[in-house]
Amino acid sequence: MNADGGAVILRTDNLSRRVGELHIVDNISLSVERGELLGVVGPSGAGKSSFLRLLNRLDEPTGGTVFLEGLDYRQIEPRGLRRRVGMVTQRPFLFLGDVAANLRFGPAQRGETLADAEIAGLLDRVGLPGFATRNVANLSGGEQQRVSLARALANRPEVLLLDEPTSALDEKTKTGIEELIRDLVVGGRLTFVLVTHDLDQARRLCHRVAIMEAGRLVQLGTVQEVLSGGSAGLQPGDTVHEKERL
Amino acid sequence: MLKSIFHSQITLGFAQAAIASVLALLVILLARRRNIHLESDTAIALLRGIVQIVVVGSALVLLLKAPRWTSVFLLAGMIVAAGSISARRAKNIPGARKVSTYSIAAGAGVVTAVMTWAGVIDTAITSLIPVGSMIIANAMNTNGLALNLFRSEVLAHAGEIETALALGAAPERTVAGYTEASIHSSLIPAIDNLRSLGIVWIPGLMTGMLLSGADPLYAAIYQFVVIAMILASSGLTSLLSTMMIRSYVFSPADQLLLKESA
Repeated sequence: MNADGGAVILRTDNLSRRVGELHIVDNISLSVERGELLGVVGPSGAGKSSFLRLLNRLDEPTGGTVFLEGLDYRQIEPRGLRRRVGMVTQRPFLFLGDVAANLRFGPAQRGETLADAEIAGLLDRVGLPGFATRNVANLSGGEQQRVSLARALANRPEVLLLDEPTSALDEKTKTGIEELIRDLVVGGRLTFVLVTHDLDQARRLCHRVAIMEAGRLVQLGTVQEVLSGGSAGLQPGDTVHEKERL
Repeated sequence: MLKSIFHSQITLGFAQAAIASVLALLVILLARRRNIHLESDTAIALLRGIVQIVVVGSALVLLLKAPRWTSVFLLAGMIVAAGSISARRAKNIPGARKVSTYSIAAGAGVVTAVMTWAGVIDTAITSLIPVGSMIIANAMNTNGLALNLFRSEVLAHAGEIETALALGAAPERTVAGYTEASIHSSLIPAIDNLRSLGIVWIPGLMTGMLLSGADPLYAAIYQFVVIAMILASSGLTSLLSTMMIRSYVFSPADQLLLKESA
């Protein structure tokens, strides 16, 4: 998959998080270009999700910092930062009520009202037309994850952080969500950082891949450079399936 | 039966205390069979309770001769102790002790001061300290309940809270529902006490007033007054403590600090 390329929108500078003696994230410096989908892969416990949580300052770095469009994010008001750098987690954590109420939540925090037409547009975009009045308790896992994506998109973010968005889903549903992510990457000006343990998914979706191990960045490059077999962090005997590329 | 064995009121009292304690410990042993372990907590509480009340009772004999203003210091000391005891229900929340002490001081202190000024509570030590201590103790229990519930709710819903934070919500907005639930649940005992007054229980204060020769109707009404004061101070304490503890649960960068340990 090819990125349009462009200015750096997000940059980490020796980003670290240490809890006690444990270096959960250890001196990571990388850049993310506007319109890119950067994958972050690695074994369990590598610190991938912890790294992602530092990017929208849900956790506080103990060292280094993040620059959003060249500005140190500690100088950006946290709520404003999180509107610009949205997040979708593995578990959707939808709020009680209907789908429309969930989509309205983010804008409502800024005093904005999301019109019915905008809600309908967002739901069309994530493949859930007509779902506005559906109670979230009655949605399937895949539908909930789509609502979670739509909810994050309702904030009109510039960067979207995806933390293993398909790991709890069956294969068919996973494929649907991947197609949705692909459409969002191709269709919009959104930048993505995707944490996944699924190397095939990374190959299918990502422009570049960062491999993490024990909190550190061990390799960063294009999918071809990093995931063409024999790279650090890959499981021995891993087979590469050439999936349809964009 | 006991009165025929123990002729001195003091030794009779200790014998009665021993029997009540054994009963309490038996219940704890029953709980242990269901894997609920309260043995050390309860044993320490029983021992502390009897020692403390005997010390206070002995001190009251001296205090009866002391000037009225000494009540203020005794009640202040009770508030500090109440804050410390109550804060243990909010483990791992920094600032819980400060929040508890301030909330109990404000809740119990304001109600006691206003009611004393209004003449509802007599300024004599024999009135002010027992009634004041009841108000403080109930404020302490309510505070402990409120903080414990708030802590449990936040821990159980950390995912939802952080999702809301990630969508740009203000911290107080993310825990608003849990705050309301904590306040509501913490006041159930005080409200039920008022609701059941005279039907389920006739409090000791009324009994004491009757024994000292007060008009039964006045004793009954005054008992209601005390329970209503307890509800007022408990409510104020619960509102203040849940409002204050929120600022300790989030960092200045709107990050949730209270999470289950890994």
